[in-house]
Amino acid sequence: MITLADMLTLSGVLFALAVAGIFLNRKNVILLLMCVELLLLSANFNFIAFSRMLGNLTGQVFVFFVLTVAAAESAIGLAILVVLFRERRSINVEDLNTLKG
Amino acid sequence: MNPHLLIAIPLAPLAAAVIAGLAGRLIGRAGAHTITIAGVAASFLLSLYVLRQIYWGGAATFNGPVYTWLVSDGVHIHVGFLVDRLTALMMSVVTFVSLCVHVYTIGYMRDDPGYKRFFSYISLFTFSMLMLVMSNNFMQLFFGWEAVGVVSYLLIGFWYTRPSAIFANLKAFIVNRVGDFGFVIGIAAVFSYTHSLSYEAAFAAAPHIAQQTLPVFGGVNAMTLICIALFIGAMGKSAQVPLHVWLPDSMEGPTPISALIHAATMVTAGIFMVARMSPLFEFSDTALSFVLVIGASTAFFMGVLGVIMNDIKRVIAYSTLSQLGYMTAALGVSAYSAGIFHLMTHAFFKALLFLAAGSVIIGMHHEQDMRKMGGLAKYMPITAITCWIGGLALVATPFFSGFYSKDAIIEAVGLSHRWGATYAYWCVLLGSFVTSLYTFRLLFMTFHGEERFRHVQADHGHGHDQAHEGHGVHEPHESPLVVTLPLIALAIPSLVIGYLTVGKVLYGDYFGKAIFVLPQHNVLARMAAEYHGPFSLALHGFLAAPFWLALAGFFTAWLFFLKRPQLADAAEQKFGWLHKLLIEKYYFDWFNEHVVAKLARGIGLGLWKAGDQGLIDGAMVNGTANSVGWFGGVVRRVQSGYLYSYAFWIVIGLAALLGWFLVRA
Amino acid sequence: MRLTVEATSVLVEILFYVFATLLVVGALGLITARNPVYSALFLVFAFINSAAIWLLAEAEFLAIVLVLVYVGAVMVLFLFVVMMLDINLAELRRGFTRFAWLGWLTACAVIVEIVGVVWTHGLTGIDVSKGFVPEPASFSNTRALGEVLYTRYVYPFELAAVLLLVAIVAAIALTLRRRPGLKSQDIARQVAVRAEDRVRVVKIAAEKRS
Repeated sequence: MITLADMLTLSGVLFALAVAGIFLNRKNVILLLMCVELLLLSANFNFIAFSRMLGNLTGQVFVFFVLTVAAAESAIGLAILVVLFRERRSINVEDLNTLKG
Repeated sequence: MNPHLLIAIPLAPLAAAVIAGLAGRLIGRAGAHTITIAGVAASFLLSLYVLRQIYWGGAATFNGPVYTWLVSDGVHIHVGFLVDRLTALMMSVVTFVSLCVHVYTIGYMRDDPGYKRFFSYISLFTFSMLMLVMSNNFMQLFFGWEAVGVVSYLLIGFWYTRPSAIFANLKAFIVNRVGDFGFVIGIAAVFSYTHSLSYEAAFAAAPHIAQQTLPVFGGVNAMTLICIALFIGAMGKSAQVPLHVWLPDSMEGPTPISALIHAATMVTAGIFMVARMSPLFEFSDTALSFVLVIGASTAFFMGVLGVIMNDIKRVIAYSTLSQLGYMTAALGVSAYSAGIFHLMTHAFFKALLFLAAGSVIIGMHHEQDMRKMGGLAKYMPITAITCWIGGLALVATPFFSGFYSKDAIIEAVGLSHRWGATYAYWCVLLGSFVTSLYTFRLLFMTFHGEERFRHVQADHGHGHDQAHEGHGVHEPHESPLVVTLPLIALAIPSLVIGYLTVGKVLYGDYFGKAIFVLPQHNVLARMAAEYHGPFSLALHGFLAAPFWLALAGFFTAWLFFLKRPQLADAAEQKFGWLHKLLIEKYYFDWFNEHVVAKLARGIGLGLWKAGDQGLIDGAMVNGTANSVGWFGGVVRRVQSGYLYSYAFWIVIGLAALLGWFLVRA
Repeated sequence: MRLTVEATSVLVEILFYVFATLLVVGALGLITARNPVYSALFLVFAFINSAAIWLLAEAEFLAIVLVLVYVGAVMVLFLFVVMMLDINLAELRRGFTRFAWLGWLTACAVIVEIVGVVWTHGLTGIDVSKGFVPEPASFSNTRALGEVLYTRYVYPFELAAVLLLVAIVAAIALTLRRRPGLKSQDIARQVAVRAEDRVRVVKIAAEKRS
């Protein structure tokens, strides 16, 4: 049977991989967005694990909202990406340094 | 007593001053002097009424607030009046002299462009002085104290286009700040012990305060410190050595001001204050000795300077210093009544002398140098006679008012056993010789002898004063009625006020509870035991040492300045070093300018360069900006502007935080 | 065929490990793939495995939602965008390994920390080695979740709906653009037109026939 420790460890590994993905694909905005999805997924694992463990549905309700927010986030993120590409013909993060004062 | 009446006394001159000052264009010159004279006259009449009510009418002492300005932490700051016999006397003297000066000013300032401003100022001064005198708390006393100082400053610099006037008023201002520093410390010390600003509370707590010791300068009696601090304030205002340097220079102001502020009233504020604080001073023998020595030194040494001055106003100015020294010495031997009595008589005859000098200056077409006068008695008889009366009062000729007050002081100092009394006695005794010498020198050089103005007529250019009339050979002339009337008005009290009031004020119980003297200090009581009326006192005065010293002064002056003027020059040659010392006024000014001022400027420069520019501007203000800028310059490298670097930092920060939680748990 | 409780438990555990392995492989593929299209497909793969694990954990509703919403909608959107944009892959791959060491280091640190928390320190009051208690057969996860969602969490739920609406509006507003040269009507101008703007009466002097 699945234990809490199994789930938490899996979640931790997923999280670490997502973090590593952010470092590796630091130039590609699309991949950054995907890695963020992965991060959220790993967080969802935790919510579900604890919800099941404690017999409390609130955790799963929270996952539901996280999914909602993640969907909204990726929709807007992709929209921004499209606008960005139109503007610069590139999605290279290194071209996006106008934040620098 | 009706408080509304009391409020009206200071407010009448204030209202007049405001109207003359702000609406001067509307009411014109005649309007300005009419309204201010009306204000001061109303004030004078009301003061007389108050005096009558207090003394003859048997009215109770009024002591209470009339307006609460603010209450903070249980401390009430009031405008309040304490009207007792001392106050009533001062009010009458102040308003009377002020009234005379107002009238006199019409003549003296006739051609001055600042006519309305001048009237506004002197009315304002009258208001301030009344507030000072009538106060029943330290805050209002301080207000009046500073207000008279401000008006004095304004009036010394009345002819503000003259550099010497600006220098003089600045000097008066700065020297008075030194005194005020002590004064404020004294008030603060009283406040710290009583937690109240009213006189009543301070007087009630006086025996208690006298038991306390303050841990400064290795333990000082609290009352001694308070009294000396308050007296330092009085030294500034009443021009006692070494804070006297401003008063001779204040003669840059118009002559009516010299009479009103720098002779009769404002400079006596210090004397009045010490007398008012007699319940405090009585508990500190040390402070009284200090007062005594300072006063006696001023009385003698400043008088000596009067002998060598040639400017008629400066002679009288040094005479004022000397007389203030007499009053202070009287305070120092607990003869407060004698000090106040001399203050009163002096106010009349010194104002008279100043106004007479002003009349001479008008007559001489604004010439102040006595070496260019002489023989004026023929041309200006009223001025000469009144001036002689003032002079005789000043040298304490028996039966004149000055005699009763000044002899009482000399005798009181002689009777006292206080530390320093012997020194003080010699000072005030010899002072009467000096007084006589410079007074008769002034009278002889001005009104008698050779008519020296004829020699200098040729090069008689612009006078010392701004206003002047046509040129050409002109003889001195008697001044108009508005000038001579105040002279006569002042000459009468100079003659008789001492004779009439000495029994009541000095040896009687006029002051009652207004002045507090411990029985063991009461020298006046011992003198009162031998008092048998003013007439026998004056007759007795002919046999006393001061009279003979004054007579000696008279003959010396007669010999040196009337009979054989060349003798004076010979003496000047012979005692060159002494003459030089006196000309330099004992090097007080030299010391102030070369040591005190230089030191102060040095400290100021040092603090400016090192403290302000270096530490505050450099290290703190610009230093903060610079270090923030530098730090920002370093930190901005972290802000690459690349999205991923922000993400990196977030993730690394997260890992670090997690690690920290892990280690802590 | 009915399995015993123990057998079910073991089977579930085996399945969990299988799916977990696949999930990790998918995630690794996602972060290392050369082509974003492959990355997106790896992500889909990872989501499907996640949904399977959630099913094993008896969170059936969320598992279905994950597949439907993510795999069905969000990932398709990703693929669409990836394919639509003309991306210079070589440029994006340059310097791929420059910060790789930092990435792996951070990843390892995170793993060590999380595992450290879970295995060595434990969680206060929770026994991590305990398995999930299976729900009774009559229990419906979807129904239970629905009951909570539409009663206690109805306001956050509505809020989430508004959030999605805002996201739709924002996405459209961001990408909407007016192309130059496109012919379209301007109704307001058509209505407001006046005769003198359109017709001009010109007087021309008659010419003689030559």
